[in-house]
Amino acid sequence: MAEETKAPTAHAGSSGGESRPERSGGDRPERSGPRGPRPAGGPGGSREGGRKYFRRKKVCKFCVEKIEAVNYKDVRLLAQFVAESGKITPRRLTGVCMPHQRRLSRAIKQARNIALLPFAGRAQ
Amino acid sequence: MNRNYELMFIVRPDMVDEDLNKLISTLESSVTSAGGTTKTEVWGKRRLAYRVGRFNDGIFVLMLIDGIGAVVHELERRLRVTEPVIKFLTVRTDEELKRLDKIKKIRDSKKKASAAPAATAVSVTATTEAGTETSAPSPV
Repeated sequence: MAEETKAPTAHAGSSGGESRPERSGGDRPERSGPRGPRPAGGPGGSREGGRKYFRRKKVCKFCVEKIEAVNYKDVRLLAQFVAESGKITPRRLTGVCMPHQRRLSRAIKQARNIALLPFAGRAQ
Repeated sequence: MNRNYELMFIVRPDMVDEDLNKLISTLESSVTSAGGTTKTEVWGKRRLAYRVGRFNDGIFVLMLIDGIGAVVHELERRLRVTEPVIKFLTVRTDEELKRLDKIKKIRDSKKKASAAPAATAVSVTATTEAGTETSAPSPV
C-alpha cells in the first residue's frame, strides 16, 4: 500500500517531463543519474555553438548499482524508466546499456499486463 | 522436469478474505496433487494502473510455483473460470534464477580473489619498504 501511494506523488512532484531528469540528477549527484541533463541526449551540435554546458557521460544505472534482477514486480524501479506518457524511455536518454534495456523493456511490458504500470498515461 | 514459475493474479477488491483463502487453498492443492510445491504471498489491495472492467483497484496475489508446465496450464484454466479473478500473469523464472545464481557466484569468487591479492600486495609493499629502509643506510 505504501508503495502505491508514494509512486503517484513522486510523479506529481515532477509535474513536467523536463523537470524530472534534473530532479533525479540532483538527488544523487555522485553517480550521474540515469537521466543526465537534457542537452546530453541531443545531437552533437554542442561544439559548434560553443555552448557552455558540460556533457556528462551517461552510465547504465543497472551496471553501476549492480542491479541484476530486473523484475516486473519492482514498480518503483521500472517507473524511473517510463515517461510521463507511459512510454518506455529510450536508451539514448537514460544511458542504459543494451542488455539491461532488453530486460527492462520486457519487465515493463509484463508489469503493464498485470496492471502495475499503465499502457498509456499516468497511473490513476 | 520441474520449473519455477511466478503466477500473479488480481481478484476483485470486494472479495472477502474467507473466499480468497478458499480460492488460494484450492489452487495450492491442485499444484501439490500434481507433485509441485507452492508458496503464496498476498500483496493486499492495490491501485490498478488502469481500469479493468469496472474496477480501479484489486487484491494482488503472487504464487511461486515449482512444478511442470501442466500444473500452470491447469491453474490458468481454473483462474479463467473463476469469476472474481480479473487478471493473471504467469512468468517462468527458472532460467532467470539460474542466471542470477551464476552472477552471484562469479561476484563472490571475484570478491574473494580481489581480497586475497590486496592482502598480499600490502604485505609485499611493506616488505619492500622495510628492505629500502634497511638497505638505504648501508651505502651511506
